[in-house]
Amino acid sequence: MISPANYVALAAILFVIGGVGVLVRRNALVVFMCVELMLNAVNLAFVAFARLHGDLTGQVIAFFVMVVAAAEVVVGLAILTSIFRARRSASVDDANLLKY
Amino acid sequence: MAHPVVLAASASSNTAVATFWVLAVIAVAAALGMILIRRAVHCAVLLAVVMLILAGMYAMQGAPFLAFVQVIVYTGAVLMLFLFVMMIVGITASDAIVETIRGQRVFAGLAGIALLVLLVLVVGHATIGRAAPAGARNSTQNVSGLAKLIFTTYVFPFEVTSALLITAALGAMVLAHRERTSPKPTQRTLSRRRVASGRPTPLPGPGTYARHNAVDMPALLPDGTQSRLSVSGVLVSRAAEARASARPAIGGEVIGAEQERAEPDPVRPGGPGGPAGPGGPAGGAEAQAHERATEAPVQANGQEEDQ
Repeated sequence: MISPANYVALAAILFVIGGVGVLVRRNALVVFMCVELMLNAVNLAFVAFARLHGDLTGQVIAFFVMVVAAAEVVVGLAILTSIFRARRSASVDDANLLKY
Repeated sequence: MAHPVVLAASASSNTAVATFWVLAVIAVAAALGMILIRRAVHCAVLLAVVMLILAGMYAMQGAPFLAFVQVIVYTGAVLMLFLFVMMIVGITASDAIVETIRGQRVFAGLAGIALLVLLVLVVGHATIGRAAPAGARNSTQNVSGLAKLIFTTYVFPFEVTSALLITAALGAMVLAHRERTSPKPTQRTLSRRRVASGRPTPLPGPGTYARHNAVDMPALLPDGTQSRLSVSGVLVSRAAEARASARPAIGGEVIGAEQERAEPDPVRPGGPGGPAGPGGPAGGAEAQAHERATEAPVQANGQEEDQ
């Protein structure tokens, strides 16, 4: 049986990859996808810890994270479409009205 | 009544180890590809791979309910939402290569490596013991156990979640709403415009009596000539655009392939009628086709306004 430590390490790797993607990518859609990857990595850690403790609370927390992530995606993508409609661009560099 | 759920967690030890390592390597590779590949659609597909693998890992860790929720909610709903928005934003939207802040990618990579080292050190130093023995709560009692927790201990966060979801749905509707700037055309104005356009009947469908019925294959008229009206103007302009920039576009590939087969290609804008291939129309018919072509754009424009 795989130790929970392996799952936690995998979750850490996926989280870091998602974080780097958020920093590097300029397409807002891909940035959102990287945020989703980070949330998924955290969920994996939650489930691993739930198995470690032999308790279902971690799974409940992961379930709530999924719900919040779904709501976040809905609102974020709606903002993205409205920005795209106004500026004809999905790049995070173009939405800089608040900069100066 | 609880149905027995077949669990990967109950597999033998070697199988579980091999499955974990294979899935973990694929997941990390797909995640790396997601941040390296420029096309947003390919990123979405790779993210789907990662999410499905995570669902498998939930199943391996005795969380069958979360595994199914992961497949249904993430891979099914969230990623489809991403793909729909990608259709709105434009499927060819890829990243700009220029760096807005100089050296940003290098610093981001360094920060990522630093974070990885930090996390690995933390995980390595922590004493994560062996997992608790998988009991009934990880197999047959999983769903009922989760339900018991959600509806007793965590019932208040659960209710707050419903408020959050309703707010998010309303917010998305408000954000995506667009005010109509021109009055909505009624059926009367539509029919008047249609009659005034000079062609009240529907346009001929592509591929009628032709050798293929693809959308870029013009229909054949009774005298053997090709009807330019039967091919969408979008395909024609896309093919011209692709030919001008020598870049394969959607639709352009198909039309280009038709040309290679030495088929007559009336789609080519302004072209002097393609080389007459086997079964192609004679020269006289081509002249007729050109005559039709000159009047076609006017009629096509009149039709497009109706939609």
